[in-house]
Amino acid sequence: MSGHFQSSRTPPGFVNPLFARAAISALFKLPWSGMVGLLLVLFWLLLATFGPLLAPYAPGAFIAPDVFMPSSWQFPLGTDYLGRDVLSRLLFGARYTVWLALSAAVIASATGNALALAAVVSPRWIDELASRFMDALISIPSTIFALVMVAAFDSSLFMLLTIAAITYVPGAYRIARSLAVNLNQMEYVEVARARGEGRLYIASVEIFPNMVHPMLADFGLRFVFIVLLLSGLSFLGLGIQPPAADLGSLVRENLSGLGDGVAAVFAPAFAIATLTIGVNLLIDSLPGSQGRGRSGGGDA
Amino acid sequence: MNTLVVLIAKRLGAAVLTLLLVSVVVFLIASALPGDAAQEMLGQNATPSAVAALRSQLGLDQPAYLRYLHWLGGVLSGNAGHSMSNNMPVSSLIASRLPKSLILVGLTSAVSVPFALLLGILSAMYRGSLLDRALNIVTLSLVAVPEFLVASLAVLLFAVELRWLPALVIVPENATVEEFLRAYAIPVMTLCFVVMAQMVRMTRAAVINQLDKSYVEMALLKGVSNTRIVLYHIIPNAIGPIANAVAFSMSYLLGGVIIVETIFNYPGLASLMVDAVTARDMPLLLACAMLFCAAYLLLVLVADICAIFANPKLRAR
Repeated sequence: MSGHFQSSRTPPGFVNPLFARAAISALFKLPWSGMVGLLLVLFWLLLATFGPLLAPYAPGAFIAPDVFMPSSWQFPLGTDYLGRDVLSRLLFGARYTVWLALSAAVIASATGNALALAAVVSPRWIDELASRFMDALISIPSTIFALVMVAAFDSSLFMLLTIAAITYVPGAYRIARSLAVNLNQMEYVEVARARGEGRLYIASVEIFPNMVHPMLADFGLRFVFIVLLLSGLSFLGLGIQPPAADLGSLVRENLSGLGDGVAAVFAPAFAIATLTIGVNLLIDSLPGSQGRGRSGGGDA
Repeated sequence: MNTLVVLIAKRLGAAVLTLLLVSVVVFLIASALPGDAAQEMLGQNATPSAVAALRSQLGLDQPAYLRYLHWLGGVLSGNAGHSMSNNMPVSSLIASRLPKSLILVGLTSAVSVPFALLLGILSAMYRGSLLDRALNIVTLSLVAVPEFLVASLAVLLFAVELRWLPALVIVPENATVEEFLRAYAIPVMTLCFVVMAQMVRMTRAAVINQLDKSYVEMALLKGVSNTRIVLYHIIPNAIGPIANAVAFSMSYLLGGVIIVETIFNYPGLASLMVDAVTARDMPLLLACAMLFCAAYLLLVLVADICAIFANPKLRAR
């Protein structure tokens, strides 16, 4: 397990100077599926950042002569159920889908990690209590958990962010804790404890640097879950509220065009799929995370 | 045999405790509602005294722990309260919707579990082959695809383009088996895609985990055939993790059912829950949420018990 972690060889507290170079060279050694994943992820990050600048029309402008028009030079992805340009709406919608999910994933992962580290270096009863509580939360299916919270707290942008983050904290906590428990028993941690280092030091300097690698992969998975959760909520009409629209809302509002197979339904759905598939392919081909699926490692 | 009973009773107890804890969490969240239900029901123009009267009628003026105990007692005695938006008892609403969802879930598991296990085991047996690598990419992509994309593609392909299957689930009164299956084909297909990918991956992982053990090497050296190794040596050892994989994948089914019931306008439990969220109908929402949580915990419990029966080592713990 610890074979490829570097810090057992480098002194604790120092970031390996070769790490950045190693990371870059690892990117060039990705298998083709990983390359495809990386390209998809970069593509969506760029599009979510600069998309609104590229959009040919305002997202709410009724500019087309007809609804559900097929794609043309004027409207590359056709028009939607109200005669708006689908491409422009998609470029604006991607912002919400990508950035909201990314922020929620960062919060969920950071909170999960921090709680797990705190639990592991705390007295045993605190660890036990926190872990039991998180186990109970994990046994609530995430969609159900999110739906109950949406009903209670409404779905403003801020609440959606909070809800998505809270929903995936327990999962991140469980993975982080199982890693941290093992690391906590390593000899170099014993040495640090014998030296009389404080709990904060042990958690942040001795243990945490060695979990960064697997937790980054887990972070990617959280991101995929959250994208799917948020677009699912929007698809149900419970996520981002109009006039704002993320990719899930775009699918929902154009669902009446499904029978005619219009691009307005499929373009945003494919957009979500390419983003999440990209992240999954990238994570799967990272060294040391082979065979991990959506389960986030599970207990298999 | 006695230890087995004790062990199962312990697991059952743990599951019930978890469910209780879950009910507290869910209830606390649901009662943290910023606007309150009485105000919501009476609208903006209600007089304060009318709101107060409705609040006390609904019991909203009591402290949270009393309301929780009251609610819990009600749920345990089969009376989960009154649905505010439907003006019906929650229990009879659920009773009318639950069988529909069970049909959907039952059909889906009947199709997806055997297929997924077969694919997962094959993929593990021929590890590194073209089949294995192709399945890896396909399942890896499928787990990340939103359910509504699968559903709408299936409708487009089978209902709109090919016109083989109906797009809505309409089963006539005394339908023949064929009519019944045709009506359910597209939703079940969608759900199968959603859960199978995960199940295939986890089954493969469970089998491969065993493949690397020394007893498999021993069997290989004895000259036992590949199929026999898998069927007689590996499967009994992998049943626990595989049962876990099935239970775990079924939790995606819960999420998938919500989307599928909505997109196909199917009157099941999940769409009832979505309606409850939209209407902020808390008694109904709570009951649905608890039912889903209980179903998931039950699945995990069954998987646990399967593992205990399949693996004598676990009984000693």
